[in-house]
Amino acid sequence: MKSSRAQRIRGILLVNGVLLLLVLIWLIPVIGLLVSSFRDRFDIQTSPWWAIFPHRKWEVVEKIDPRAQGVDASGPMTIHGVTATFEELRAGVTTPDGQRLQWIGNRRIGTIEVQDKVWAVNWKFTLDNYKQVLQGKTFVYTREDGTVVNIPGDNFYGALLNSVAVAVPSTLIPILIAAFAAYGFAWMNFPGRRLMFVLVVALLVVPLQIALVPILRDYAALNLNGTFLAIWLAHTGFGLPLATYLLFNYISTLPRETLESAFIDGASHFTVFTRLILPLSVPALASFAIFQFLWVWNDYLVALIFLGGDRNFQVVTMRLAAIVGDRGQDWHLLTAGAFVTMVLPLIVFFSLQRYFVRGLLAGSIKG
Amino acid sequence: MQYLERRASMELSPIARWATNLLRIALAVLIPLIAFFILYQGFLFLRAGNASKGTITVIAIVWGVGGVAVLYWVFNWLVEQLPIYWTTRLQPFVFVGPAMAILAWYLFLPTLRTLWISLFSKDGPPGVPLSLLFSSPGEFIALQRAQFVGLGNYVAVFTDRLMREAFRNNIFFWIGIATPLTVIFGLLVAVLADRSKFERFAKAMIFMPMAISFVGAGVIWNFIYEVKPVGSPQIGLLNAIVVGLGGQPQAWPAYTAISPWNNLFLVIIVVWLQTGYAMVLFSAALKGIPEEIIEAARVDGANEIQVFFRIMVPSIRGTIITVTTTVIIFTLKIFDVVWVMTGGQFGTDVIATQFYRQSFIARNSGYGSAIAIVLLIAVIPVMIYNLRRFGEQEAF
Repeated sequence: MKSSRAQRIRGILLVNGVLLLLVLIWLIPVIGLLVSSFRDRFDIQTSPWWAIFPHRKWEVVEKIDPRAQGVDASGPMTIHGVTATFEELRAGVTTPDGQRLQWIGNRRIGTIEVQDKVWAVNWKFTLDNYKQVLQGKTFVYTREDGTVVNIPGDNFYGALLNSVAVAVPSTLIPILIAAFAAYGFAWMNFPGRRLMFVLVVALLVVPLQIALVPILRDYAALNLNGTFLAIWLAHTGFGLPLATYLLFNYISTLPRETLESAFIDGASHFTVFTRLILPLSVPALASFAIFQFLWVWNDYLVALIFLGGDRNFQVVTMRLAAIVGDRGQDWHLLTAGAFVTMVLPLIVFFSLQRYFVRGLLAGSIKG
Repeated sequence: MQYLERRASMELSPIARWATNLLRIALAVLIPLIAFFILYQGFLFLRAGNASKGTITVIAIVWGVGGVAVLYWVFNWLVEQLPIYWTTRLQPFVFVGPAMAILAWYLFLPTLRTLWISLFSKDGPPGVPLSLLFSSPGEFIALQRAQFVGLGNYVAVFTDRLMREAFRNNIFFWIGIATPLTVIFGLLVAVLADRSKFERFAKAMIFMPMAISFVGAGVIWNFIYEVKPVGSPQIGLLNAIVVGLGGQPQAWPAYTAISPWNNLFLVIIVVWLQTGYAMVLFSAALKGIPEEIIEAARVDGANEIQVFFRIMVPSIRGTIITVTTTVIIFTLKIFDVVWVMTGGQFGTDVIATQFYRQSFIARNSGYGSAIAIVLLIAVIPVMIYNLRRFGEQEAF
């Protein structure tokens, strides 16, 4: 009896321990990004982000001028009771009492630092990275050696507005169109109904790459390239099969009696749809809305092709990818920029997670 | 309401009835015209883009969403003005028509057009007016023929060295490694979370990357793979660990010496992103297994491992197949991560990056279209499976 209890406790510990480890592994990349985005740009480059945790670090307590000590740097030298060559000192030599000696600078005019190992935390946080990324403000830094550096920022604020202007209609338009179609398929009778729905099901898994070249040609002919309308329609087209399929599955299961009594009262299809079906379908509409919103907000390929190179219309993913390409070492911009692109989807995601999960489960019938 | 209106119009004198009919026709023309005019003005305003960014954003949203709603309302109103015979026949097409038109324009016809383009050389089929086919068919065909290469692009797709590399990566690394890893981790987390003390929290955290874009994930993981010269402190987590263990820092995804295994560093990113999806589906499926069955097995002396492999896995077989196919389809089209991390260099090219480079950078639409068709052919089995399942449904 006792051994089985010990076994159970071990089991519980194992389950929770492994899971906690996995959660940590999943979280660390995001935490590293978030912490770094609040760190000073020089700190990001010179120390790892986990330096915010207490760690042991060498700190200079004394500087010795080797020439004043009268040592000869070309051979072994004895300082603070340690004998070492220049090369060894350059790499750092530990003294018997736990200090470290390090030669800084070149052989002739360098100094020797005496360092103590101390506990340290690097807790210098700033909002400058965000200001720089959002406002496109140029920051002027003066380095320790007196040189002045101009660091241009990036205009994420405009890209954020573009992303909103792209994502909101690209979410609502397909929902509206798909809801009308789903209602038509579920509650109306017309020739070609089955064939049309077969088309919807068949198009569920068609890769959107197949459409890019012809649609780009159409847009060029219609002079639509680089307009919001172009990208709304594209996202609508690519999201429509799944939207119609999901909404049909939901709307076709609504109780028949409710609708029939409305028709007897003389309501038209349009009234029944807007007054009855749409309000009843809110859970399904919300599921797809979150799905589509996250997909459009995070989309890179479709925006890249239809919004093109015009910087005024770039969405956040394009802006971020452009910084990765042009200034891939500017971690102060990249970390803050990445977090700016993530904030809105994360809020939507965590506040409406329930609907999102429901949509995933319903959509999993696909593929 | 409508019934009363009709009765009222019947009791009117013939001239008055004509007048109301005329008015109706006039309105039927006028209202759509006004609607189109307003929408077109909105479009022009947006394209001019003279206002401030915020204003444009708000107007774009109102115009786009409102415009679609107005169009539906106008067309429905038009159809409802017709005699009831025509209303019942035409109204379904007001409801279903726009969706079908958009699907046809954006997915169905492009499939055929891409197939057609893929049979031609670099610039695709020549832009000859179709009227020429009727006026002088010989010249039309001759013009088309000059650019026609038949299956030449497909031969190139399957023999080109870069394409072979792309196929290898898609099949071996993305389908062969990324997909099973996603499924295994998803299943592991779902099973562990089900018995843990912090199920909701754990699931939310594993699920969270689903909300992050591939570009964002690319930045996050680039930061982990970041490399600094030997001697200076490593700010990337992976290289800090490697140096701490006495190794050499490397730019891992771009480390060609280990190619093609550097692909694994991209695979990790996608597993990190997609495990949440697999976990959610598995978790729901596991909760659907009746508790009694599992308890009965335990009473019979089965240990946890046996319960997992003999009872849980067979019960959720359907979900495992669904998740696996979804992830395979997804990894087949993988683009953003590779494009942002390596640009397809260092032996990390995939089918979709090749497609993008050929179609939009090299401007070789014939070849690019052939690649897109290959992608389509790869998903056709799933399409057939979906259609077959749909055919079994009673609803239609």
